[in-house]
Amino acid sequence: MTREYLFAGFGGQGLLFSGKVLAYKGLIEDKNVSWLPSYGPEMRGGTANCSVIISDEPVGAPIISYPDVLVAMNLPSLDKFEDKVKAGGTIFVDSSLIERKVTRDDVNVYYVPATKMAGEIEAPTLANMILMGKLLQVFGEYSEEEVRKALGKCVSARHADLLELNLKAMELGRDFQ
Amino acid sequence: MAEKVLMKGNEAIAEAAIIAGCRHYFGYPITPQTEIAAYMAKRMPKIGGVFLQAESEIAAINMVYGTSSAGKRVMTSSSSPGISLKSEGISYLAGADLPALVVNCQRGGPGLGGIQPSQSDYFQATRGGGHGDYHMIVLAPASVQEMAQLTIRGFELADEYRMTAMILADGTIGQMMEPVSFDFDILPQPEKPWAATGTQMKRTHNIINSLYLSPEVLEQKNIERFEKYDAICEKEALAEEYLTDDAEIVIAAFGIAARVAKNAVNAARAEGIKAGLIRPITLWPFPVKTFAKTIGKAKEIISVELSMGQMIEDVRLATECKVPVSLTKRVGGMIPSPEEVYAAIKAAAERAGE
Repeated sequence: MTREYLFAGFGGQGLLFSGKVLAYKGLIEDKNVSWLPSYGPEMRGGTANCSVIISDEPVGAPIISYPDVLVAMNLPSLDKFEDKVKAGGTIFVDSSLIERKVTRDDVNVYYVPATKMAGEIEAPTLANMILMGKLLQVFGEYSEEEVRKALGKCVSARHADLLELNLKAMELGRDFQ
Repeated sequence: MAEKVLMKGNEAIAEAAIIAGCRHYFGYPITPQTEIAAYMAKRMPKIGGVFLQAESEIAAINMVYGTSSAGKRVMTSSSSPGISLKSEGISYLAGADLPALVVNCQRGGPGLGGIQPSQSDYFQATRGGGHGDYHMIVLAPASVQEMAQLTIRGFELADEYRMTAMILADGTIGQMMEPVSFDFDILPQPEKPWAATGTQMKRTHNIINSLYLSPEVLEQKNIERFEKYDAICEKEALAEEYLTDDAEIVIAAFGIAARVAKNAVNAARAEGIKAGLIRPITLWPFPVKTFAKTIGKAKEIISVELSMGQMIEDVRLATECKVPVSLTKRVGGMIPSPEEVYAAIKAAAERAGE
């Protein structure tokens, strides 16, 4: 099986980071993975996105034309990529930043007020991880052990306290109904 | 096997260089390859190596010349406009028969161009780039694992043949992360009796020089160098063949374009089209023999490139123009989608069927 994820939003929302956690989780589970960021001026505040592919087969092109999964953290990203999502695919929307609804009816949509929830636990930069927690729960792939291991690969030892906070954010997303 | 880690292609190059025994890096920042310099800046001081951010690309390549003259493994890296600046120094390295590793993580051109991935420095890399009769060994990685592997191979080849090896990558492979293992068998570094390391009053001077004012001597130097190049063409050409045995439509693509093409080949096979892929791993020497095998078998070759069509010339030469060759391209930082390449395969299959 191959699943292609596109994370899109503003630079600074941690989309590249959450993509990396997902890719590491795939690697830990012995899957083939690729992670490709948009780079350059976008990283400094414009729209940023990151493509992650997790597959049982070797990954061909790391570039995704039609994602199975879209995580949209701002309106321009939803506007740009909504139509690209494969029919039957899944869209995760940060509903505290995007007011409109997804217009398609052939995809599964989850609205999570992630930025608002992150503010409530005084971790305003971890909306990305709240969405990641929800994403893994939806696909039945939330396993605490692997999530912790993957976070351990992405958070440096110096910032071990942040690992717990990231985990807390992911659990918050996982448990959000 | 060693544990796999997720790493950017650029970082994998830097780590592999360190593993290969390179302790001297000279560079100047430019997107999309700056991670190499950043990695070296962090690591080199910890292992007794030298990281130096030069005042310019030209300074950096001349520092490479000096370090190589002293017999040390040395590298520099840049992206397209920076490689143009380095080309004078690369020509001097060739003229002095000095080994070095140069990384070009290509971006769109010409001029300052853009910062998105490109393969439009193919001519520059495979024809030399600087002035004079010379070549570089040009290696084209298509994955993060190969970024590491070909970096190590590049140092080995550079030392063996006393010439520059270039890693011709692109912004995508430089920036993407994939699992990579650094479990490599590395050849021991060869002795360099030609290096300028001090005579200890025990031998005559070693002279490192690219100036030969006598045309008779300079002619002989060039002829000898090209005898070496002939031996390299015979021995070192490398390509990956994917489903080529019965292929009627063969894609020619390297680096990131080959990854896209592989998806398209798989899609075509699923539709019953006999498609295959030849992926040159060495661009110079070009894998002529691999392409020659398609003569009389393939009905069309499609060169898929992130340029206006550069490698296509070598494909035509390698197949002696006996197989029709078409071009599928995106340029300026754009990358063809698997769907675009698939459409090209389908069109070629229809032409072949007529």
